[in-house]
Amino acid sequence: MFIDFIHYLGHLWEVFIESKGIFLDATVLTLRLTVLSIFIAIFIGLFFALLKTTGVKVLVWIANTYIFLVRGTPLIVQIFIFYYGLSYGPLQISGFWSAALGLAFHNGAYIAEIFRGAIQSIGKGQTEAGRSIGMTSWKTMKRIILPQALRRALPPLGNQFIIGLKDSSLAAFVGLAEIFNVSTTMGSADFDFMTYLLISAVYYLILVFLLTLLVSFTEKKLAVSD
Amino acid sequence: MGEVKKMIEARKLNKYFGDLHVLKDIDFSVDENNVVVLIGASGSGKSTLLRCLNFLEMKNSGDILIEDKSIDPKKSDLNKVRQKVGMVFQHFNLFPHKSVLENVIEGPTQVKGTSKRQAIKDAKELLDKVGLADKEDVYPEKLSGGQKQRVAIARSLAMRPDIMLFDEPTSALDPELVGEVLETMKALAKEGMTMVVVTHEMGFAREVSDWVLYMHEGKIVERGTPSDLFDNPQEKRTQAFLSSIL
Repeated sequence: MFIDFIHYLGHLWEVFIESKGIFLDATVLTLRLTVLSIFIAIFIGLFFALLKTTGVKVLVWIANTYIFLVRGTPLIVQIFIFYYGLSYGPLQISGFWSAALGLAFHNGAYIAEIFRGAIQSIGKGQTEAGRSIGMTSWKTMKRIILPQALRRALPPLGNQFIIGLKDSSLAAFVGLAEIFNVSTTMGSADFDFMTYLLISAVYYLILVFLLTLLVSFTEKKLAVSD
Repeated sequence: MGEVKKMIEARKLNKYFGDLHVLKDIDFSVDENNVVVLIGASGSGKSTLLRCLNFLEMKNSGDILIEDKSIDPKKSDLNKVRQKVGMVFQHFNLFPHKSVLENVIEGPTQVKGTSKRQAIKDAKELLDKVGLADKEDVYPEKLSGGQKQRVAIARSLAMRPDIMLFDEPTSALDPELVGEVLETMKALAKEGMTMVVVTHEMGFAREVSDWVLYMHEGKIVERGTPSDLFDNPQEKRTQAFLSSIL
């Protein structure tokens, strides 16, 4: 039994080394997809968070509707809607971009709620102090509230980035050769499904670990000037 | 004798919070170079009155005049008005992500368009004046309450306001730190700054103010010079209030 396990580990290592090249390509694709979708999602999130904090009824309604739609439907459904809607429609956007936009649309809603919470956690006195020296409400938001809110948003944002990274695996279902897709394809071809799944898990673990380091490094960096 | 300029004036000012009638037909004005102190129990409307003067709270009816001009919040540029009317808060409200110097230059550089170099020069003078020249690079969290409040005063002064409003500036301070803030305010009064101060510091009111207004349940019940009001209050409610705190 134990001997079998050691044997299997040896096999796993061999396959890991053999498949290094193809998995590294897949990792690059996963990273491109994640970075791009999160980058767009941050702007979407900020935009809708600001809409919600305006207090203007129509704008708040628009933001709430967006969040309701995203939270109320599965990510895989959203990715398929973006994929079939964008890449086969008149727009003819590539599979990569439609998956990236689908992921961004999805993460944007969660990031919007993170930003909204962070903005509302900054005391009313800060807004009043800004306004009392003659700043406009937008300038107060931009220079006084947002810089403080973004710092507070960083820990939950980091969490959302990790979710976003792992959720990028769903792009496998629209045919992108990212990590999960490569593992299932190779696994079926070699009749060695479990080995390739474990290898993909290792790649995800390493990526999440590095992302966690990056987030906590940024947190520490920002905390210095706080 | 020259005409005395009214810096700020409220006429028949009314303010409600929902059903609660917080300010009831308030009439009062502050002449240039005068210091007016508002006293009264908590909940009497002093702070609300002060915040209405700066349009941080919006009146429900009545008029507010700044330098004889009626301000209509819908038509006037309130950001311009607020530049002339400085405000100091009970809880300081310094910007925690900015150093002391950055706090002070924020208004001039961002609102007035003063060059950074000039703003820094002015800010250093102001910080020197409030006794914090050595703290310019420090972040607010490293300051004591009294130091924070003096920075807040400097930040407000950096806009070169014509009037300064103080909303219980020493109420959040440890007793031993109250003095340094009051000294800064006294120095400001001596220079001729027009000031409206909500405070429980009766010693300060007696020594520095030109007029003391006693508020009770949203009304100005009695007004007078400090010696009249403190030594010879006419109204029963004023007498009761003063005997309860002195």
